[in-house]
Amino acid sequence: MNMEEQFPIWQYVTEEGELVQPEIDIDEAVSRAFYQYMSRARMMDQKCVNLQRQGRIGTYVPYEGQEAAQVGSALAIEDGDWMFPTYRDHAATMTHGQSLHNLLLYWRGRLEGSVPPEGKNIFPPAVPIASQLLHATGVAWAEKKKNSDRVSIVYFGDGATSEGDFHEGLNFASVFKTPTIFLNQNNGYAISVPVEKQMNSKTIAQKGLGYDIPSLRVDGNDILAVYYETRKAVERARRGDGPTLIEAVTWRYGAHTTADDPSKYRDQRESEERRSSTDPLMRLERFMRKQGWWSDAWKEDMEAGITEEINQALKDVDRHPRSEVDQLFDNVFAKPTWTIEKQRQHHTNINEGAKS
Amino acid sequence: MTTVAADVKKLTMIQAITDAMRTMLDEDDSVLVLGQDVGINGGVFRATEGLLNEFGEDRVIDTPLAESGIVGTSVGLAVNGFKPIAEMQFFGFIYPAFNQLMTHATRMRQRSLGRYTVPMVIRAPYGAGVKAPEIHSDSVEALFTHIPGLKVVTPSNGYDAKGLLIASIEDPDPVLFIEPMRCYRTGRTEVPAEKYTIELGKAKTVREGDDVTVLTWGAMVNDTMKAVEQWEKEHQATCDVIDLRTLYPLDRDTIKTSVEKTGRVVIVHEAPETGGVSGDILSVINDEALFYLKAPVQKVTGFDTPVPVYSLENEYLPSARKITWAIEEALHY
Ligand SMILES: Cc1ncc(C[n+]2csc(CCOP(=O)(O)OP(=O)(O)O)c2C)c(N)n1
Ligand SMILES: [Mg+2]
Repeated sequence: MNMEEQFPIWQYVTEEGELVQPEIDIDEAVSRAFYQYMSRARMMDQKCVNLQRQGRIGTYVPYEGQEAAQVGSALAIEDGDWMFPTYRDHAATMTHGQSLHNLLLYWRGRLEGSVPPEGKNIFPPAVPIASQLLHATGVAWAEKKKNSDRVSIVYFGDGATSEGDFHEGLNFASVFKTPTIFLNQNNGYAISVPVEKQMNSKTIAQKGLGYDIPSLRVDGNDILAVYYETRKAVERARRGDGPTLIEAVTWRYGAHTTADDPSKYRDQRESEERRSSTDPLMRLERFMRKQGWWSDAWKEDMEAGITEEINQALKDVDRHPRSEVDQLFDNVFAKPTWTIEKQRQHHTNINEGAKS
Repeated sequence: MTTVAADVKKLTMIQAITDAMRTMLDEDDSVLVLGQDVGINGGVFRATEGLLNEFGEDRVIDTPLAESGIVGTSVGLAVNGFKPIAEMQFFGFIYPAFNQLMTHATRMRQRSLGRYTVPMVIRAPYGAGVKAPEIHSDSVEALFTHIPGLKVVTPSNGYDAKGLLIASIEDPDPVLFIEPMRCYRTGRTEVPAEKYTIELGKAKTVREGDDVTVLTWGAMVNDTMKAVEQWEKEHQATCDVIDLRTLYPLDRDTIKTSVEKTGRVVIVHEAPETGGVSGDILSVINDEALFYLKAPVQKVTGFDTPVPVYSLENEYLPSARKITWAIEEALHY
């Protein structure tokens, strides 16, 4: 059997909105919650792209098109579980409870933006590719040692699977049977490099075979598939049955970052075409319509509420005090060394024009 | 000074870097360019723009996303007849390759008593001040000048970049070639279309003066020049400003000659103070010109802190005010 047959892409809802896994427990309220979280993520993303264009935030990393993969998986964990996002996973973090305010601060180059709300365990976004897989494994290992039933979920892209840290993370998780969910978003590209050039393997899920980790592929634009399959993995991890590798097959519509020009390496018509075929929000809408759970008025109301929330967050962030210079020197150590204190003093003296 | 040849173009530093690679790909079939997004995308800074088209996929190679893989396989390619120019997308992402550099690339010659050699270049954009996201702005040259067996080169303008990069590619040993991002597109210099080299290990005096020696490199060269120009307008004293260009090995003679002349020294670098290359420069001064000093050597550096997120990077980087402050401290000691 070839790998694509061995690792089929699981769908719960077809592109036309047909439910093909009827045994699941889904109702109108849950569907609406799914849709609302995805809308919120998408509207925030579009807002950030605009803010970047206006120069009101720095370089930004959009995730439009990947909402189902991030929101569906984030909803499958609980408070107290651990989340390890990358720079592209703000849909996941905001769904798990990161505030829009902090997200905006993050993109304004502010340290406060990386701090999770009380009661949530969200790591600062990982920037060096694949490095976070090891933290997620270590944190889950600690939970296991403490006999808790907490789990960790770690996000990473297709390109990340080329780094050594990916393989080390999987192997450690396998050897120590840690409660870790490896949530891969295969969005087809690592900046300009398509997945077919990144690897010869036909799937990412098959890489779990080498480590004897249960692995599967899901349609990453089908929020039901992502949510229910991640939940199964979470339950297994909580039971003490170890890690799972989930490959969510998806697509980023836009640029890698606002500094990237995708037309250099791909035909953006494909993204346009996907907006009307595989889009995660459209898929859920079609499903809800078929179930008789859709209402245009509900959607409008909901979107108006989100717009208000985003605008309020932006207002608050605009009023947020500027970065304190002390942030530079604080928190490098529990207690600053003499070199840091000397540098801080010298910096202050010069800026105040005093003689040192 | 080179005489301006007929075929000279005004190039940005990034264009000069592309030009250097094109020149060498063209001249020498064993030269390869490899890294993340260096092919069709032309590199995230466009350093390899057009090279894929010109030289094809066998010579300009998009690799998997793995720095240890890129540097480790480059060691193998270099040992076996090729001259890889490996791009690290940002200097802050070179760390997975540290093992390959430290334990293999730089000691293969000695371990094999000269039988196996590693003529490779690693290029990496570095430095703060472009509002890049976290980790992208590290200035960790000193981690690498400390590696025995590695030369470390950093240009500050297009003309130097081309000559130094070609010299690095032709060097028989591994060279780390770090490119200050802030200099990529700020200003153009005249760059001859023909091939030329600038000897590694040679600094350049970019401004001549009598009273204070200011030693710097990378993006700090332009900042220092601006600060000094302004300062000299308002003061009676003048400065030698020296762009070191190669950080290992240091240009002992140029440092010595200037310090003997001025007796006063300021070192400017954006990397953290402790363990920075300033320590090695001080050591050269100590060994070569100690008794010429009329004042303690002044340092203007980054702090012993991580390079901050961008809202604070201007606080972190040496400012004109700090540079001129240090010049005055040296002068009025
Ligand atoms: C160690 C390291 N090398 C290089 C980079 C530069 N870089 C940032 S994102 C990226 C591509 C990542 O692709 P993928 O893992 O598929 O995630 P995606 O961006 O598609 O979400 C690269 C090469 C980095 N951040 N870290
Ligand atoms: Mg990707």
